[in-house]
Amino acid sequence: MADDQAVFAEGVVKRFGDVVALDGMDLTVERGQVVGLLGPNGAGKTTMVRILSTLLTPTEGVARVAGFDVVRQPDEVRRVIGLTGQYAAVDEYLTGRENLRMFGGLYHLESSYVKRRSQELLDSFELSEAADRPVRTYSGGMRRRLDLASSLIAKPSILFLDEPTTGLDPRSRLGMWAVIEGLVAEGTTVLLTTQYLEEADQLAQDIVVIDHGRVIAHGTAEALKDQIGGDRIEITVMNIAQAGAAAEVLRSLGNGAPLVEEAKVSAPVSGGSTVMISAIRALDSAGIEVTDLLLRRPTLDDVFMSLTGHAAEDEQQAQPKRGRKGKTS
Amino acid sequence: MSSAAPMQGRPILGWAIHDGLVVARRNLIQSIRVPESLFFSLVQPVIFVLLFAYVFGGAIPIPGDGATQEDAAAAYRNYLMPGIFGQTVAFAAAASTVGIAEDMRKGLIDRFRALPMSHGAVLTGRTFADAARQILVLAVLSITGLVVGWRITGGVLNAIYAYLLLLLFAYTVAWIGATIGLSMPNPETASTAGLAWLFPLTFLSNAFVPISSMPAWLQTFAAFNPVSTLVLATRELFGNPTGIQPDYWPLQNPVIYTVLACAVLITIFATLSVRKFGRTTSK
Repeated sequence: MADDQAVFAEGVVKRFGDVVALDGMDLTVERGQVVGLLGPNGAGKTTMVRILSTLLTPTEGVARVAGFDVVRQPDEVRRVIGLTGQYAAVDEYLTGRENLRMFGGLYHLESSYVKRRSQELLDSFELSEAADRPVRTYSGGMRRRLDLASSLIAKPSILFLDEPTTGLDPRSRLGMWAVIEGLVAEGTTVLLTTQYLEEADQLAQDIVVIDHGRVIAHGTAEALKDQIGGDRIEITVMNIAQAGAAAEVLRSLGNGAPLVEEAKVSAPVSGGSTVMISAIRALDSAGIEVTDLLLRRPTLDDVFMSLTGHAAEDEQQAQPKRGRKGKTS
Repeated sequence: MSSAAPMQGRPILGWAIHDGLVVARRNLIQSIRVPESLFFSLVQPVIFVLLFAYVFGGAIPIPGDGATQEDAAAAYRNYLMPGIFGQTVAFAAAASTVGIAEDMRKGLIDRFRALPMSHGAVLTGRTFADAARQILVLAVLSITGLVVGWRITGGVLNAIYAYLLLLLFAYTVAWIGATIGLSMPNPETASTAGLAWLFPLTFLSNAFVPISSMPAWLQTFAAFNPVSTLVLATRELFGNPTGIQPDYWPLQNPVIYTVLACAVLITIFATLSVRKFGRTTSK
C-alpha cells in the first residue's frame, strides 16, 4: 500500500442492528491534503471518523490510516492521529495546562517536552492567560481550542476534526478556522466533517459529499458549486396558491429545475443582478405578488437538493436511536 | 511538520501502571477542585453516626453485651461504628458509576480510547482514586466515632488490618460501580442506578442489626453478603462487640471470606468493565 496515503478506505459498511450508517464508503486522503466530509445529520460522517480513529470497527470493508489497518493495528493508528470530536472532550475540573499534561502523559511523551509543547499550544491558541484556570470557567470557543490543542500535543501527522465548529458562535468559528488553517500550513493532513458548505469551502481543498452512508459527489468546492448551478434566486409569494405559477416563471429564467417549499420558490440562475430585474418584470406581468425576493449563494440544502433530490433536514430521521452504539451523524 | 515528539523511556512498572497513575492523578485533582462534593461525602456518614448513635441508641440490643441501659447504648455505639465504616465504603461505588457516566457524556472516554494508552488504565486509575478518597472519609469518620464513644481495643496492627480491609472493599465496589457506569445511557440514570443496589446490599447485612435478629431466609443472604463479613471482620479487628453469629462459614472466617470475595469480585468486574470499555462510545 502506498504510504503517502494518509487515509484509505474501501467499501466500508457499518450497521447498527437494522440501521445502515455506512453503506460502502470509499475515501482517500493524500498526505498533506485537507479533505472535508460534507453531509447532513445522519449521513454517516461521524461513523466514518470513528472507524478511522479506531473507536468503531467496520462491519465490512477495509480502512487504513497511515498504512495501518484500523482493525488489526489500532495502537499504531492511535499513535499517528489526533481526534477532536463534536464535544470538547477535556476535563472541566482540571486547568487547561493540567489537561495538556494529562494527555501528554497518556501519549507517553517526555515530561519536559510536554511542558514546552503545552506552553507553545496555549500561546498559539490564545489560551495562555486562562492556562491555569479550571476549564469550567472557559467559554465554548476556548474549550474547543483546548480540545484541539489536546489532540495536537503529540504532533500527530493526521488530524480528524469531527464538526469542529458546531455550536460555536460566529466569532469563535472564525477563530477556530484560523487555527485549523495554521495547522494545514504546517503540513498536517486533515479530515474534517461538517454540515456547513461554507466551512468545507473555507478549509478544504477537496470535498466529499456523503448521504445515506455513501459518497454522492466528490471534488473541489468550485466544481461542486458549478455542478449545482451557482447562484440561486429565491422568492416568497404572498399567496401560496401562486407558488406553482411562480415556479413556471423561474423555470423560464433559470438554468435548472425550480424547487417549491410552501410559499418559497427557488431556482438556480446565472447572470447576477440582471436576472433579478427580469424576474421582477416577469412576475409582475404574470400578476404574482411577492413578499421577498433575493439572490443567494448555494447552501448545503441546494447541494443536497441538486444531488439527491431531497432536502438535507429529512436525513435526521435516518439517525438511529440514541443508544450505546453512539451517534452516526 | 516539525520534528516528532520525544517519547519517554518505558517506566519500570510498565505502561499500564504509569497510565493508571496519570488517570488517578486527574481524578484526585477533580475531588480537590470540587470541595463541595468531598464535603458532602464526609458529612453524610457523620450524620449517620450521630443519627444511629443517639436516635437508635440502646433500642437495638446486641446479644451478649451490656447489662444496664447505659452499657447497652455504649455497646451499640461500638457495634455501630464498623457498620457505618462498611456502609460508607460500599456507597463509594456510586461515585465511580456517576464519574464514568459523566466521562462518557463529555466524550472523554472516546478521547481516551483513541489514545495509544493502556485501556484498562482509565478504569484502574478511576477505581484507585475513588478508593484513595475513602482514606480521608475513614479518617473523619473515625474521629467522629471516637467523639461519640467508639474505642479501638484490638491493638494497632489489627486496626491497620481493619482499615486496609475497608479500603480493599472500597476498591472492589469501585469496579462494580464502574461497570454499572459504563452500561448506563446518561449520568442521570447512572446516579439512580449507582445507588439502587447499595441499599439492599448494606441494609441486608449486619451493619446495623445482628444477623441473628433476622428471619431465617434472610440470615442466609446476610451471612454470605460480603458487607456482613467485612463489618464483622472490622468489629473483630477493632475489638468491638460482634454479637452472636449464626453458624455460617463466612461468619466464622470473616477476614478470609472478605478477602476472597473481593478478589473474585475484582476479577469478574475488572474483566467485564475493561471489555465493555473497549466497545463503549459516547452517548
